[in-house]
Amino acid sequence: MAAAILHGVGATTPLSSVKYNNSRRSLPGSGITERKRASFVIQCYGSLSSGLNIGINRAVKLSTNAVATKQDSVTASTPSKPGHELLLFEALREGLEEEMERDPWVCVMGEDVGHYGGSYKVTKGLADKYGDLRVLDTPIAENSFTGMGIGAAMTGLRPIVEGMNMGFLLLAFNQISNNCGMLHYTSGGQFKIPIVIRGPGGVGRQLGAEHSQRLESYFQSIPGIQMVACSTPYNAKGLMKAAIRSDNPVILFEHVLLYNLKERIPDEEYVLSLEESEMVRTGDHVTILTYSRMRYHVMQAAKTLVNKGYDPEVIDIRSLKPFDLHTIGNSVKKTHRVVIVEECMRTGGIGASLTASINEHFHDYLDAPIVCLSSQDVPTPYAGTLEDWTVVQPAQIVAAVEQLCR
Amino acid sequence: MACSATAKIIHNPLVFSSSRSAEKYESCCKISGRSSLGSKFLGKKLLSAKSAISPASRRSGAVVAVSSDIVKEKKVKSGSSAASNLLITKEEGLVLYEDMYLGRAFEDMCAQMYYRGKMFGFVHLYNGQEAVSTGFIKLLKQEDCVVSTYRDHVHSLSKGVPARQVMSELFGKTTGCCRGQGGSMHMFSKEHNVLGGFAFIGEGIPVATGAAFTSKYKREVLKEDCDEVTLAFFGDGTCNNGQFFECLNMAALWKLPIVFVVENNLWAIGMSHLRSTSDPQIWKKGPAFGMPGVHVDGMDVLKVREVAQEAIGRARRGEGPTLVECETYRFRGHSLADPDELRDPAEKARYATRDPITALKKYLFENNLANEAELKAVDKKIDEIIEDSVEFADASPVPARNQLLENVFADPRGFGIGPDGKYRCEDPKFTEGTAQV
Repeated sequence: MAAAILHGVGATTPLSSVKYNNSRRSLPGSGITERKRASFVIQCYGSLSSGLNIGINRAVKLSTNAVATKQDSVTASTPSKPGHELLLFEALREGLEEEMERDPWVCVMGEDVGHYGGSYKVTKGLADKYGDLRVLDTPIAENSFTGMGIGAAMTGLRPIVEGMNMGFLLLAFNQISNNCGMLHYTSGGQFKIPIVIRGPGGVGRQLGAEHSQRLESYFQSIPGIQMVACSTPYNAKGLMKAAIRSDNPVILFEHVLLYNLKERIPDEEYVLSLEESEMVRTGDHVTILTYSRMRYHVMQAAKTLVNKGYDPEVIDIRSLKPFDLHTIGNSVKKTHRVVIVEECMRTGGIGASLTASINEHFHDYLDAPIVCLSSQDVPTPYAGTLEDWTVVQPAQIVAAVEQLCR
Repeated sequence: MACSATAKIIHNPLVFSSSRSAEKYESCCKISGRSSLGSKFLGKKLLSAKSAISPASRRSGAVVAVSSDIVKEKKVKSGSSAASNLLITKEEGLVLYEDMYLGRAFEDMCAQMYYRGKMFGFVHLYNGQEAVSTGFIKLLKQEDCVVSTYRDHVHSLSKGVPARQVMSELFGKTTGCCRGQGGSMHMFSKEHNVLGGFAFIGEGIPVATGAAFTSKYKREVLKEDCDEVTLAFFGDGTCNNGQFFECLNMAALWKLPIVFVVENNLWAIGMSHLRSTSDPQIWKKGPAFGMPGVHVDGMDVLKVREVAQEAIGRARRGEGPTLVECETYRFRGHSLADPDELRDPAEKARYATRDPITALKKYLFENNLANEAELKAVDKKIDEIIEDSVEFADASPVPARNQLLENVFADPRGFGIGPDGKYRCEDPKFTEGTAQV
């Protein structure tokens, strides 16, 4: 899978370009990592192909596969790097722009998305290119403009609604729950709502409690919606495109701290699957499930663990609703131990649901209870030290794995 | 912005200023029963001495047609020559009558069916408010959209949804317009562009704004020849809700082709409009956002139709939204579960004499547009349609188990991938409704 290869290559760069105040970060590994990279390409491709025998139109899958085929031959030597390098927010913009170019019914609405270019620059330049109506600057009325997006989606448009911060979408909860999720069903299937609701969330750099919320835990019960979280430029673009093309309402969770991640992504067009998770690193000892920013804390911990002789398998679940139980299940069947690392609060988060789901489906394969590392059940404090203690840090992940694998 | 905020109020200002006491407001209502907007056009015929106007109110002076300049200008232009004094032709009159009678008969049948245990839950009937639905919706094309709240049966019928489908939906049968999945408060029809049907008040207004946005988008971005209009119907209680104000702002800002129709029936379940609203004159809130605000007698279908024509025309021409406040009344309780003990029987009696169907009938007779026999024929036809709809609904099947999961997602891959690697929706048990999701 091209994603794997490029990710292998690019894995070094994100960690170095993210400005963490975290002195515990260790430099990327060398020899072991290289070998592992080569091996996991093949394995990932293998796991991908097992999912290919499905009757449903898998055009989405095919394009990913096509890229993989091409890249596969280049595994051994990667001197000429194909593709282009960009930052995560640029990848989102690229995906968005490609879709707007492809389909004139795709439009954007949100606060400061037009003239300002988006508070995280995801829509920069789009208003100049497509006009003020296609990239609509809305007044500060989340509930109403989200509802407006829903009404527009019902009547043929394919809007992308941006919440300047995910937390603001709490004001739109009424529309997201009652209308976005439910109207397709309540209308007996007459109206589809191909809306994408996206925005940055998560704990940032001392942004305070209200700007540091993880809405995925609040939205997960809403029937009729899908939720995905991007974590790399590659999957950000792929998921953005997939979300726009999907006829279902999709909530795309971005993270405030990941917008400046740099990676090389393919020049060719690709669309990822909304329902699949991403194998980041294969291993045998323990399955670590994570998503969004915590993926980087996990990878950091993974380096330490590898040096200590462990072999963790890391999966970025990407699809927060529904869970990709196939990839997750295969991993559990192999390693028999699960650690979930998430940024949601302990209570009622994605980790809680995932724990329940794995217990339900794969109980027999577990050698130990599932360990779920989540953020503390506190409003995120402003002070930097306190903030660091609310979220899961790599040291905790290492400790948890060591404990689990004893 | 073209519309000015200077509305011409042609009534005794003293009466309106003290809006606190219900008693005073009642006298206001009496006054508002007579509209000078109507008197010039319809002659004095529609509002004859039969309307219960007490001597007291007659003394206080007529009217209450408050409207902003735009409608006022039109009024002046049309003049009132005797020859074209009539607002409608015979055909139009019969269409209006038929539609209002359909609404009334349907709602009455709903009440019967509810008490016989054929439908359940919250059912909100529209009796008394037919003039608003008919007055507005009969001017629309099929492509135009209608968005309502939970008192939506009659809006759907006026828009063209067959009575059979609405009745079936109420009975929860699979032949209902929403396959039985929506119920009384969620009437949707893609074919007739009825976008709901919402249980929470105010929720539909942004959706209507979105539909209007699509219309503008089609015209300006996709360069299509699109002049589709959206009507949003909601009540007086909704006008204190944030979504109302937020959407007035956005609609006026972008000049969306939408008409906001307030069906002010003075009561939000048991909460009187006066007790919950600092300034009960809702039409005034339009100019505050830069759109015309019009108040019209919602018990008079011809007046409503006239105002509607202007408002819809504005929207079609791209001049932007209008806020129309229709003063109306519901003859029944808020819902079939509401004992309706709070409202003053005298108030109910007063409005009963302004029954829109009776009023139109009178107008048709007095202007020789129709006779007794013709209207009776219409009544009979409608009664048969209603009977047929009940029979159809009764005979229709209830939804089968396999319908349970079918419409959750437009793309059922949204249910995800199961442990076996296949999409959940490919599981044969999925259609049986027994699949694990």
